[in-house]
Amino acid sequence: MSDPNLIAMAEAPAGSGRPRSLAGDAWHDLRRNKIFWASSVLVLVVLLMALAPSLFTSADPAACALSNKHKGPAGGALFGYDFQGCDVFARTVHGTRNSIEVGFLSTLLAGVIGLCFGLAAGYYGGAVDAVLSRGIDIVLGIPFLLGAVVFSGRLSAGEGDDGVTAVTLTLGLLAWTSAARVMRSSVVSAKSQDYVAAARMLGAGPLRLMFRHILPNSIAPFIVVLTLMLGANIAAEATLSYLGVGLKGEAISWGVQIADAQGQARVAAGPLVWPSVFLAATVLAFIMLGDAVRDAFDPKLR
Amino acid sequence: MFRYIVRRLLQMILTFFGATFVVFALMFANQDDPIQALAGEKPVSASLRAALTERYHLDEGFLSQYWYYMSNLLTGDLGVTLTGRDISALLAEAWPRTLQLSLMAIVLAAVLAVTAGVWSAIRRGGALDNGILAFTLLLLAMPIVVLAPVAQLVFGMELGWFPATASREISFYTLMLPAIVLATTVVATQLRVTRTSVVENLRADYVRTARAKGLTPRRVTWVHVLRNSLIPVITLIGVDLGTLMSGALVTEEVFNIPGVGFNLARGIRNEDGPLVVGFVSILVIVFLVVNLIVDLLYAALDPRIRYE
Amino acid sequence: MTDIQASMDVLPGLDPRAPLLQINDLHVEFRTRDGVAKAVNGASFRLSPGETLAILGESGCGKSVTAQAIMGILESPPGHITRGEVRYRGVDLLKLPEHERRKVRANKIAMIFQDALSALNPVYTVGFQLAELFRAHRGMSRADAKNRAIGLLDQVRIPAARARINDYPHQFSGGMRQRVMIAMALALDPEVLIADEPTTALDVTVQAQIMSLLAELQRQRNMGLILITHDMGVVADVADRISVMYAGRVIEEAPVYDIYARPAHPYTRALLESIPRLDLKGHQLTAIRGLPPVLTDIPSGCAFNPRCRYAKDPCLQDPPPPAYAIAPHRTARCHFFREVLGE
Repeated sequence: MSDPNLIAMAEAPAGSGRPRSLAGDAWHDLRRNKIFWASSVLVLVVLLMALAPSLFTSADPAACALSNKHKGPAGGALFGYDFQGCDVFARTVHGTRNSIEVGFLSTLLAGVIGLCFGLAAGYYGGAVDAVLSRGIDIVLGIPFLLGAVVFSGRLSAGEGDDGVTAVTLTLGLLAWTSAARVMRSSVVSAKSQDYVAAARMLGAGPLRLMFRHILPNSIAPFIVVLTLMLGANIAAEATLSYLGVGLKGEAISWGVQIADAQGQARVAAGPLVWPSVFLAATVLAFIMLGDAVRDAFDPKLR
Repeated sequence: MFRYIVRRLLQMILTFFGATFVVFALMFANQDDPIQALAGEKPVSASLRAALTERYHLDEGFLSQYWYYMSNLLTGDLGVTLTGRDISALLAEAWPRTLQLSLMAIVLAAVLAVTAGVWSAIRRGGALDNGILAFTLLLLAMPIVVLAPVAQLVFGMELGWFPATASREISFYTLMLPAIVLATTVVATQLRVTRTSVVENLRADYVRTARAKGLTPRRVTWVHVLRNSLIPVITLIGVDLGTLMSGALVTEEVFNIPGVGFNLARGIRNEDGPLVVGFVSILVIVFLVVNLIVDLLYAALDPRIRYE
Repeated sequence: MTDIQASMDVLPGLDPRAPLLQINDLHVEFRTRDGVAKAVNGASFRLSPGETLAILGESGCGKSVTAQAIMGILESPPGHITRGEVRYRGVDLLKLPEHERRKVRANKIAMIFQDALSALNPVYTVGFQLAELFRAHRGMSRADAKNRAIGLLDQVRIPAARARINDYPHQFSGGMRQRVMIAMALALDPEVLIADEPTTALDVTVQAQIMSLLAELQRQRNMGLILITHDMGVVADVADRISVMYAGRVIEEAPVYDIYARPAHPYTRALLESIPRLDLKGHQLTAIRGLPPVLTDIPSGCAFNPRCRYAKDPCLQDPPPPAYAIAPHRTARCHFFREVLGE
């Protein structure tokens, strides 16, 4: 490696612009990143589809006529009809809401749990850290989907329940470990910084230290993990629904659609392929977004 | 090394009891009618009710229920399914197929991830690197529920390159497509971690030393850099096993491979509580044991930990 | 026998009468996203067998980059050698194909790095890393290579060499690790040894031991030694000649005694005045004012002019001052060297 000073000097901006903060630097990078914009647009479209499906289709996803079974695209039904004669496009668009709802709420839940565990373990250290870290180990000891299978079966309340609450709780309660670990390690490293010691000597209390000084400086990797988790949770919902322990009853979901269509894929590929494409595109959008944000905050990996 | 092993063992025992307890509690605790939960939405006959109560000691206290559950589990007695089949026998019949499938997937994924990851890191920023990264992104975005049915449709049915289902005839050939599908669930992460790790190690001081020693670039990369870069990749194997397990659940169902995942998926669909409880408990144990082995492997690869 | 054979056919065209190592007008730049950093801007010097040349300068002056360019281990990109020659016994190494170049490394020109803990591979034993040299360059068997490795550890006075050969770098103390580095560099009997801040990371007492070991081994083998350092104290004890670098140029070159007695460049003079000295206890130390130049934006004329107390108009004008020959074996790149010398 050459002189670090030399590299530092070589990489310093040539102009005499004022120094930027880490977040400012990251935003400066993001603004020029095409992948960031592409994934943001995709995420916005998906969100719009979840909030207002009627903007995209006027057809009623529940209006199915067996006479339409496996018919090709016609009229408003861009993707044709499935084996029950339901409009595939309408069902796919309306399925967005459940996927996004489950994805967002479960990630929010996981984020809150992960934040509390990570912050407490990282800030207090010692015995608190040991106990909380063993707790994380225990949850990590249960393979994610297997735990979810047992858990969501246990939570769903039987007749008439569409399973949204059960799946959201399941995913949230099992997925928080990665977020907690990331939070913990960034809090540990932020805590040892001089400015935190300075703030403590100036008499800042633990809460003020945590939320004013440590949290803002360790939140970036946590946000990135949550973004990636959002994509993963949406995929997990589809998998659970596919296995029959996710959304059920009248609930429309990409996973349910894929499970239903799989048997007849040879006869009609559309009902299998289109929800798959929507699912993959949504997951992709969140992963790319998370990647772009991480790269912006962690430029050394470029 | 000894202290490291002891510490990991103690941690693992704790995790083991913690995890099995959580799984057990999820299944039985605080349930209005645990028997109904085990049987799903089917009506429960009086004789079945009696059998299940006896089997899971539901008339006793919670902790003793857990005690019986654990001792049955550790002695290999998993009880019978709701339809009266012996769960241990079912498992014994199913696991070799799943093992073969997952070994194929693991080897496939590891070989691909390490070679492509190293290439990608060496030519970072180039067309090959960008292509590989874009490809991993695509793989990451494809949940197994999308990939398995679509791959079956495209490569099994339309193109006919591989048998579309495996069913009873389990062979290297019939398992090839399912193994590829299963491998894709872990290969992208492994590849990315390999790449990142190699990129970081290529900048390390010891690489400069190795070059100053007049070693060939090939030796510098594949002997000096790779060994260091594999350390974080190895830790992934443990996590990956969990992914593979859930992947096998879907893959075996889609490709009709009568393995552990297939039976478990059937059990879930038929709401066969005892079968799900038994299989999941065993899988959790396997997962924990493999993770312990990975920890020890980690120590073997990194001398700095070994002599802690 | 095999050793001699191997060194005979390392390079065609070697001239035994040519200078051991001669660097002419070397230019290195780093092309980064934020501009081109000119790290070395025409460095020239020469090294004879048995001689110790110290290259002195602040961090960022291009001394380490020069060393890496000589070794051919510059990271490229972003580093590029844009001009100059590195002649070893008359052969310009920069013109050699990479596979020929590789034979020179460790065989003819070897290098010791600053921080031995990070410079040694953490996951291989010290024995493996030493034996590797004999296996790669001499094609020795595993057992032979291992015996040679033990012999080397003995030579650099690591106690219980036979047992320690199976230890990992992190199991050695800092001084012992640097001895391992030295053993590694000397393994193939090179004629030139480049030591890049070999003692900076060590305790003061250990520093002295390592330096005397280096000096002793150099005497025994009649090697040319290039000692890269920012520490004038280290230099005074061991060096024969000193090249002072600033902003990628050798701004003064002289025998070690002359430099300490009568520096000819304002920068050298300022460096000397910034060393604490026992005999001047109570006097105020003079620090050099200002900062080293940003390499993407080196001042025109003499690069030192913004910090120089002798600077006048000609110093601000390109071209930068030439290497004035101020005495036999002595040059300085300062228009006003006479004033600095106090004549």
